[in-house]
Amino acid sequence: MAPRVRVASVTHGDEVKMTIPGSELEIHEAAVPIEDDAVVKVAGRSPTQLAIARFRADKLSMISFVLSVLIVLCAIAAPILVAMGVLNPNEPHQNLLSDDGVLPKGAFGGVSWDHPLGVDPSLGRDLLSRLMLAISSSLAIALTGTVITVIIGSILGIVAGFSGGFIDATIGRIIDLTLSFPQTMMLLAMAAPTVLLLRNEVSDAPGLGFLGKADLANGVFVIGILAVFGWPPVARVVRGQVLSIREREFIEAARLFGASRRRLYFREVLPNVWAPVLVYLTLLVPAYISAEAAFNFLGVGIKPPTPTLGNILAHSKDYTSGDPTYFFLPGFLLALIVVVFNLVGDGARDALDPKSHR
Amino acid sequence: MLAYVIRRVFAGVIMLIVMSIVTFALFFLTPIDQESFICGKNCSAAQKKETAAAMGYDDSFINQWSDFAKGVVVGRDFPDDPKLRETAPQTIVRCDAPCLGYSRERGDTVTNLIKDTFPVSFSLAVAAFILWMAGGILFGVLAALKKGTFIDRGVVGLSLIGFAFPTFFVGLLLYKFVAIQWGLTEIPRYTSIAEGGIGGWLSGLTLPAITLCLFFMAAYVRMTRSYVIESFQEDYVRTARAKGLPERTVTFKHALRAALTPIVTMAGLDFAGLMGGAIITESVFNYPGMGKLAVLASSDFDLPTTVGLVILLAAFVIMANIVVDLLYAVIDPRVRLG
Repeated sequence: MAPRVRVASVTHGDEVKMTIPGSELEIHEAAVPIEDDAVVKVAGRSPTQLAIARFRADKLSMISFVLSVLIVLCAIAAPILVAMGVLNPNEPHQNLLSDDGVLPKGAFGGVSWDHPLGVDPSLGRDLLSRLMLAISSSLAIALTGTVITVIIGSILGIVAGFSGGFIDATIGRIIDLTLSFPQTMMLLAMAAPTVLLLRNEVSDAPGLGFLGKADLANGVFVIGILAVFGWPPVARVVRGQVLSIREREFIEAARLFGASRRRLYFREVLPNVWAPVLVYLTLLVPAYISAEAAFNFLGVGIKPPTPTLGNILAHSKDYTSGDPTYFFLPGFLLALIVVVFNLVGDGARDALDPKSHR
Repeated sequence: MLAYVIRRVFAGVIMLIVMSIVTFALFFLTPIDQESFICGKNCSAAQKKETAAAMGYDDSFINQWSDFAKGVVVGRDFPDDPKLRETAPQTIVRCDAPCLGYSRERGDTVTNLIKDTFPVSFSLAVAAFILWMAGGILFGVLAALKKGTFIDRGVVGLSLIGFAFPTFFVGLLLYKFVAIQWGLTEIPRYTSIAEGGIGGWLSGLTLPAITLCLFFMAAYVRMTRSYVIESFQEDYVRTARAKGLPERTVTFKHALRAALTPIVTMAGLDFAGLMGGAIITESVFNYPGMGKLAVLASSDFDLPTTVGLVILLAAFVIMANIVVDLLYAVIDPRVRLG
């Protein structure tokens, strides 16, 4: 692509802002010497500022960013609203179900002023409350899983890339070994015994907010599986970055000053690999939200009555013909969340790595 | 070349041995006692101990592993009990090499169970693979060639949406609505070629294959698009143009060929992963493949079947890694093996 130079505004005597799309350069310069009192000024900006500017210039990224902030706010608000009694995710309404006591009365799963999204079949619980709380629990799992994945991956990636030799080879073999395990099969096979073990472990824990003891055991298991099988790609990306960084002069300089290994890893190298890690992080969150749903479909994960997007969908599969709203609503909500977070991740990648902007 | 292959296969076998030891260690550490599943609820402690000894569950996990490894190489008997061999030889099940264990829950050797279910999973994997590779590469190249236009945005947007809906949701949508409620297609049921001919096999396969391919296709469209765009910016493409080659030759012989290399790598690994059964798709459509077998085995704590499946699947993935690296050298003339 030939760099197109866009002249933002030309006013008499003013400075002119020229940007080259996709480039690190922004030239503040006089409009080609029309006037002799034109001021020539070149403003310097840090790479981070440039990335943020690029991100903000992209409309789709900004819209999805705003939406993702709304989703996160909703996830934070839901447990508070439940505690305040505004949302009642577990209160059954038998009177709203039809005579057979299964399907909700009325159109679209029993939509009414009190229950704007209707109620769920078989118990008649408010669907809006359940979905909002489900976003909280699904996001909590996805975010925790992502953070742990990225921490394991970054540390092993930095150590492998920086040490080289035997340590690098060993970590490489561990990555190959991890990737050869069939994740879903391991999930199914390990679920029952591990959750049993975890339940004993957390038996004196008081629970965490709206999550009970059983939820904790199930949640920790899902997060564990996601992290244990998810870190290798992160480690590979980070290792690749570190390989090029470790040859740079500032590392040489730090070494010369007698910097410790830890200082080299975390103060010198880590700040220089955060960009790809951040991109990976934003793309892992939606992947893990989907994974949680898929795991729950297979019967592994946080169980009702605590709602997650996965267990609502897993429950709804038995009511596809009787109450299709109950099936489609959580499905589309899940897809929306995944799309929005993915777009934010794509936008972040384009902003942080202008070469990837296509 | 041959030396390279031998070295890789050797490394692969070592990897498989390490992997199976790790698997045994993982399952050996579980708090489930197999013997109480085997001899039932009203089982005295002595009886339990006896069963455990007969089935070899009282052994250390390293011994259990070496029995397993021996079974893979030369086969083994279940239960492997010399006393029983004299008194009641008819109760002994012979499991020929490669023996992956004996499932008490299913009353058959794991090798036989896999023989029964593999064709189902393999059919599904092949059908989905053909669909997603054809669709993914076609739409990906199209989007790349029409970069920045309405077509490009449409293709990328659709693939993002295809990516966002979970596989089981798409599967249920196709199964419960398209097939059952609206009756647009027959209710998908696996029919082998021997049973229903190629037509029956294909019609039973359509909806599950579409379900399975959508997720992959979405990813491959995006991947192909970005690799093709990237390779069009390479120097050798400029050289080819400068030489005065026709644009068609530049596109297909120079740009696409280089772009396809990483896609082949990914595709090989994804296909290998699917050969061991698409667990979710098979569960949705109630397909009697290896994925469904894994679900059933885990629900009744049938460890031998689970372990056999896990190790077989790892073998697929390790083999695919080697094959993919060889293919790499064939497709990309810049790659030299050594």
